[in-house]
Amino acid sequence: MPKITYVDANGEQRTVEAKTGMSVMEAAIKNDVPGIDADCGGACACATCHVYVDEEWLPKLDEQQAMEQSMLDFAENVQSNSRLSCQIKITEELDGMVTTPESQH
Amino acid sequence: MTGKSQKVVVLGAGQAGLQTVVSLRQLGHEGEIVLVGDEPEAPYQRPPLSKGYLKGELERERLYLKGEDYYAEHEVSLRLGVSAEAIDTAARTVRLSDGATLDWDALVIATGARARRLDVHGADLDGVLELRTMADIDRLKPHARAGVNVLVVGAGYIGLEAAAALTQMGAKVKVLEAAPQVLGRVAGPEIGQFFLETHRAAGVEIMLNARLSEFVGEGGKLTGARLAEGDIVDCDIALVGVGVVPNMEIAERAGIRCGNGVCVDEQAKTSAESVYAIGDVALRPLTHYRREGRLESVHNAIEGGKIAAAAIMGAPPPPIDVPWFWSDQYALKLQTAGLWTGADESVLRGEPQSGRFAVFYLKEGAVIAVDAVNSPPDFIVGKKLVAAGARVAPGELGDTSISMKEISAKALSPS
Repeated sequence: MPKITYVDANGEQRTVEAKTGMSVMEAAIKNDVPGIDADCGGACACATCHVYVDEEWLPKLDEQQAMEQSMLDFAENVQSNSRLSCQIKITEELDGMVTTPESQH
Repeated sequence: MTGKSQKVVVLGAGQAGLQTVVSLRQLGHEGEIVLVGDEPEAPYQRPPLSKGYLKGELERERLYLKGEDYYAEHEVSLRLGVSAEAIDTAARTVRLSDGATLDWDALVIATGARARRLDVHGADLDGVLELRTMADIDRLKPHARAGVNVLVVGAGYIGLEAAAALTQMGAKVKVLEAAPQVLGRVAGPEIGQFFLETHRAAGVEIMLNARLSEFVGEGGKLTGARLAEGDIVDCDIALVGVGVVPNMEIAERAGIRCGNGVCVDEQAKTSAESVYAIGDVALRPLTHYRREGRLESVHNAIEGGKIAAAAIMGAPPPPIDVPWFWSDQYALKLQTAGLWTGADESVLRGEPQSGRFAVFYLKEGAVIAVDAVNSPPDFIVGKKLVAAGARVAPGELGDTSISMKEISAKALSPS
């Protein structure tokens, strides 16, 4: 199973094993990674699963859909490597990916 | 006893109950925690039930909010398939349906709500189903296929989401709504009209101002529904989605103050010492509207869990968000921020025919709510406007040549 490492706002790292097909958000929630709230459960309706993806992994992700782009356009503290983790589907290719959750309120 | 070593019993293993547990542990709570749920399932998400789970796009395992290991790892005692029967606020105990009595230092009532039953003849026929729990949808799934005649009673979020999903699966769907518009309890008439047309274009037959008088059947099995005018609508199954009733009887019996829900203050405290109520069952202060209300939403469940956990721990309360909701039907995402009740003006932004637009609701010039269809900027900025009680000229809100960023900058800048 691919491993995903989450770095929280205080620099603390957590590495979890994630099943392919799940989203990066789901893997975080199921493994109790703080900072990813995902209040809408992955419906791309809330932007509370905002993460910064390590630049190295960005090209390996599926492209953003219009809805995600639009949500991110208005989210806070957005950077060029911002994604909504509910829209990142985990694949074998993503083994080792690092994301830094923004501290959601 | 300090908050962190208190024994906490949470009644209700839904989104709100689970969030209480998660937040308690995140805040450093070290005492015993018992999470009691009357369904046999570990805490799961309800929103996908009438959408992805019904359509088979989301497997069961992905509905569960936490992995199986979570509860043992965090020393949370899960008692599933058990309901709470009586609270003794003086002795600080709660009796469960399996005969056990638990003592507690803090009690959280997160018992949620149950589907409202139709008080009509035939409501107990085989084939009359509800849309509330995983078990409800599991009963529906074998019928969810091409050619099946489905009657949905009630055109709220749940009924229309199920109508959309079943139509996409090839079923023939009719919807019965007693009011003159769909989504009437949760959205304004422009949104209602848009969703009415969308469903009709997809092949759903929607009957407005239509009252059900009884379900009819043969040999205990549903065959149709009789309308108040006497016409019979044939159907193989009927889905009843006519709202919910708060599960507050256990609080009432314990002498805890209730209205249309268990009454709580800003810290989710009930009238009984060390007893909290959150989620669908709580009648809570609506901070942005200076009144009380009961909210049925994921946002409210999560926020309530965070509030109760903070209050138990003596930690600072979480920020209070504007109530928000969403609904997915066909390729449409409806995002709502705020409560539109009491609006004296509505402003349309964008063209409904384009499938991307919003309706802003104003009261005395201030934005109190927004319904956005496939239009996140309107939702996100609208939510901020509602939170700030911002005043925006209706002419500007309705002018799509002025971006939401500009509207936001102007309305929310400190002046």
